[in-house]
Amino acid sequence: MAETALLEIRDLHAWYGASHVLHGISVDVKAGEVLALVGRNGAGKTTTLRAVMGLMPRATGRMRFAGRDLLPLRAHRRYHLGLAYVPEERRIVPGLSVRENLRLGLVAAGSGIKERTAIDEIAETFPRLKERLDQEGVTLSGGEQQMLAIARALIAKPKMILLDEPSEGIMPVLVEEMGVLFRKLRDQGTTLLLVEQNVEWALRLADRAVIIDQGEMVYESSAAALLADKDIQDRYCAV
Amino acid sequence: MDLSLIIMQLLSGIALGAVLVITALGLTIVFGMLGVVNFAHGAMFMIGAYAGLYLASLTGSFWWGLLLAPILIGAFGMLIEFVLIRRLYGRSIDDPLLLTFGLSYVLVEGVRILFGSDGIPFPTPSQLIGVVDLGVGFFPRYRIFVIVMVAAVLVLLWLMLEKTRIGLIVRAGARDPVIMQVLGVDIGRVWLAIFGLGVALAALGGVLAGPMRSVNPEMGSLVLAEAFVVTVIGGLGSIPGAVVAGLLVGISISMVALVAPEMATIVMFALMAAVLLIRPQGLFNVRGRVA
Repeated sequence: MAETALLEIRDLHAWYGASHVLHGISVDVKAGEVLALVGRNGAGKTTTLRAVMGLMPRATGRMRFAGRDLLPLRAHRRYHLGLAYVPEERRIVPGLSVRENLRLGLVAAGSGIKERTAIDEIAETFPRLKERLDQEGVTLSGGEQQMLAIARALIAKPKMILLDEPSEGIMPVLVEEMGVLFRKLRDQGTTLLLVEQNVEWALRLADRAVIIDQGEMVYESSAAALLADKDIQDRYCAV
Repeated sequence: MDLSLIIMQLLSGIALGAVLVITALGLTIVFGMLGVVNFAHGAMFMIGAYAGLYLASLTGSFWWGLLLAPILIGAFGMLIEFVLIRRLYGRSIDDPLLLTFGLSYVLVEGVRILFGSDGIPFPTPSQLIGVVDLGVGFFPRYRIFVIVMVAAVLVLLWLMLEKTRIGLIVRAGARDPVIMQVLGVDIGRVWLAIFGLGVALAALGGVLAGPMRSVNPEMGSLVLAEAFVVTVIGGLGSIPGAVVAGLLVGISISMVALVAPEMATIVMFALMAAVLLIRPQGLFNVRGRVA
């Protein structure tokens, strides 16, 4: 595992209007690792991802990604640094085909990437999408839509991908498939920050784990150590 | 009644409707994408007509006016978006409405100061003067040109929206601006361009309408009302809705004028009331950003 931090978060605070939801989170995500971010509903996991992506109305602290300060950059600029985000709601755009939804990941990428080649490549990685390229995106099953959202985020080959509960509401077969995919991505050098309610599944995939509770970081260890520590899991992750 | 008269009146209705389509299209695109109800749209139509007239007399050619006025006024629209409207995104829908309402008065008074309150005739370009024998009757050459021109602009817009990368950004951005930002699109620039396009369409409508009605500072207010009626009938934010409803209103006005001329000005409101009763979301409703 590489030791340099690709994403460095220091004392991150964030607010929704007047409500202060993150109280000083500090996390490093190392290049090439899978970091699982777990904790109860409402602990601040999604907010952390949103703050990293630049979608919070107000956030303070310090965040560096690939040597660049993130906080002054708006969301679209962060994407161009190589940071991709798959929101919990997936956000497949209605009225567009699967192919068009995939193209959305490239529309702003500039001329460096050939659209057709990129779509062919991603379709090889996602055989379920390959058969349905011309179908409307929102007519896919929940699991397939999740795959599409992930494929769309991957198509421009980001350095790091932020995943918000990718396994939620998805058939076990597809969750397994997704696990295989995430391992493959990691082996290819993509860094993953994985927010999950499905703690066991996430910990089996991850190298390290961080627990967030009430907007604060309360625990950090190797994923294997947390997987073995049922007490901590029960205290902070039980639903 | 004479059939050829009905056909001629139908064609007049289509020409009238064509100008409505192009004007309402600008209004509906801006609403659908930005959630901005542009009350200055009629004023943009009016300054478009003045700009066309001025540029045509400056260059000695109607065609330069037709080409340059939408570009110039579109750029002015972008300036307005950048300096004023941008600040109001994310706030109540009333705020940009009030702003553009005020802006329309400023524009009308500005034109009054520069060009006077009286109507100015907009000469028909020499190549398009006169009538064409269609077999069933004679129809003004200029109106045929307007119909063809609007059809061409519609085809171009459709190609742009359906076949290009920019069109994909626009279609997706109308449905989900947040995901577009996450995927690297500077949505603010898209909105700027869309507002410019909407205003340019109003200006194009103004230039096209110029030779069919006289140009005066008040010409925008009736057009604004007509364009709103068309967008409501077609469905707020719907492009096909604006096209179908624009033609429908144009043809209705013209056909009613044939049998009961005094009813012609209210027929579009009757149509709108009927549509609102039967299908309040309009003929072609899209799930857009409503308020």
